[in-house]
Amino acid sequence: MITQEKRSAAGASSSLPVRRSTKRGSMLKHLLKHKVLLLMLLPGVLFLLVNNYLPMFGIIIAFKNINYVDGILGSPWVGLDNFKFLFATSDAWIITRNTVLYNFVFIILNLVIAVSIAIALNELKNKLAAKFYQSIMFFPYFLSMVVVSYLVFAFLNVEYGFINKGIFALFGLDELNWYSEPKYWPFILPLINLWKGVGYGCVIYLAAIIGIDNEYYEAALIDGASKWKQILHITIPLIRPVIIITTILAIGGIFRSDFGLFYQTTLNSGALYPTTLVIDTYVYNALINMGNLGMSAAAGLYQSVVGFFLVLGSNWIVRKVDKDQAVF
Amino acid sequence: MANNEISKFTNIILHVIFIILSITCLLPIVLVFMISITDYDYIVLNGYQFIPEKLSLEAYAYIFKDYSVVLKAYGVSFFVTITGTLVSVFISSLYAYPISRTDFRYRGFFAFLIFFTMLFGGGLVPWYMVYTQVLDLKNSIWALIVPMLLSPFNVLIMKTYFQMSVPPALIEASTIDGAGELRTFFQIVFPLSLPVFATIGLFNTLHYWNDWFNSMIFITDTDLYSLQYLMYKMISQADYLSRNGALIQGSATELAKLPGETIRMAMALIGIGPIVLAYPFFQRYFIKGLTLGSIKG
Repeated sequence: MITQEKRSAAGASSSLPVRRSTKRGSMLKHLLKHKVLLLMLLPGVLFLLVNNYLPMFGIIIAFKNINYVDGILGSPWVGLDNFKFLFATSDAWIITRNTVLYNFVFIILNLVIAVSIAIALNELKNKLAAKFYQSIMFFPYFLSMVVVSYLVFAFLNVEYGFINKGIFALFGLDELNWYSEPKYWPFILPLINLWKGVGYGCVIYLAAIIGIDNEYYEAALIDGASKWKQILHITIPLIRPVIIITTILAIGGIFRSDFGLFYQTTLNSGALYPTTLVIDTYVYNALINMGNLGMSAAAGLYQSVVGFFLVLGSNWIVRKVDKDQAVF
Repeated sequence: MANNEISKFTNIILHVIFIILSITCLLPIVLVFMISITDYDYIVLNGYQFIPEKLSLEAYAYIFKDYSVVLKAYGVSFFVTITGTLVSVFISSLYAYPISRTDFRYRGFFAFLIFFTMLFGGGLVPWYMVYTQVLDLKNSIWALIVPMLLSPFNVLIMKTYFQMSVPPALIEASTIDGAGELRTFFQIVFPLSLPVFATIGLFNTLHYWNDWFNSMIFITDTDLYSLQYLMYKMISQADYLSRNGALIQGSATELAKLPGETIRMAMALIGIGPIVLAYPFFQRYFIKGLTLGSIKG
């Protein structure tokens, strides 16, 4: 292997035509040598071309007035009309605001609570009990969003829901129309998201905490540091890299949302759109229910492009913070 | 070493908090279970309750009276989950292995090819058009399998694992002994990497089992409804039960007093079923896999 590299390096130092043929020759040789590896890659490459790269050319739909008779290529160009139409409505502002604000709340809330739980779990004297609690808190992560929508429905159903019938009735409060009152959902959705995801976050932070060298704590104890001080000055600073990485990566995805959460648990109720419609659900509704291909594609492209720069930006920051953790 | 444990009092407080948290995580499922075994007339009067006074298994009886719909959906879900998981683990490992090999000169190109898809995509509309117009997979069971075959995240985990657990010298030795690449992969790399195959396999199983999105956009044929999609249909369309004659065989009068609410919740439990049974086994591997992923390198 090494000798082969050396040989081609030696070839590169000679005259131009020779170098060219040697390079091509070595490339062919390398490809032939690794033909089985290339063959192994083939199914995956085919998948990527069809599932990921072909749709990238489809972004021209956002610049066309699509009709099924003329097809994608034959339909007339309309320039930026789809975007103009999208941004002229209040929809563009609402879906952008909802997407960003919800994700922002999710990031902060999940971080603070998952880290707190992880620290507390680690402090429990009974390790078996700690494992047991962790297992139970992880459970909601395994449920599909459809199942979660049933669970939410069991609490919020207007006629029979436990909140209206079990709790409000008990205190003589008026029943609330949960699925048609937008103002409650900025509180309900973060709660559902937290309930479903906190166990997952906990696993990651707990792994980081367990990885901390015990000597730090022993030294702190000799200095007379209280438990609280140890958490503040040892645990949190030492798991900071993990916190920073997960947070920055989450910021990279702030333009994307958990489609299931916003679509299923709200039962896609139109009355709730002012506070529950996000870019993903908007794109879906515009495609399937309104059949507005052009505007739906425009919103999708808007999401992809902004998302692209957000991911690049956050990866750039990750690189600055901790080079090893950067994705690329 | 001095005692660095929390005080007895704090310990008790923490346990109390964790017991409350654990209950909160399970409570919704208990509620759904209780609703599913409550007498329907009692619900109409009192709403959903944790401790109903009148129980009934009517809902389950209704579902199992004509079980063909549920059974079909179970069949679709099982087929999609098993096929999808096997094929996707296979394809993912076939992709991850070459890009883990440092002596493969074009590994950078192929790694970029897959990781770029994490950065940028064409969006839902062009993607949907490719599957419906180009591949013509609308109302095909493959529309539930193909879209989830390869995830960059899984490939990344597998690639890292191959690099960590299979020494390059071993691969070289195997090649010198005359084994071809495929033989090396199946007889040397695969046995050494069983944990990562198990982890990714479980990730995929959960992913396929819980999927409803692909059904929602590609499937209109009732024979191809997956379990999750059937459940989605039942909650999203209030009148689904009364309109779906296949689920209920009976006269119009019987239809009118159909225990819709309890049937729904019984359905939810039937849908959760397999996951609950597999959970203890699942979560152990999940925690391992996640821990592995979080402290990579």
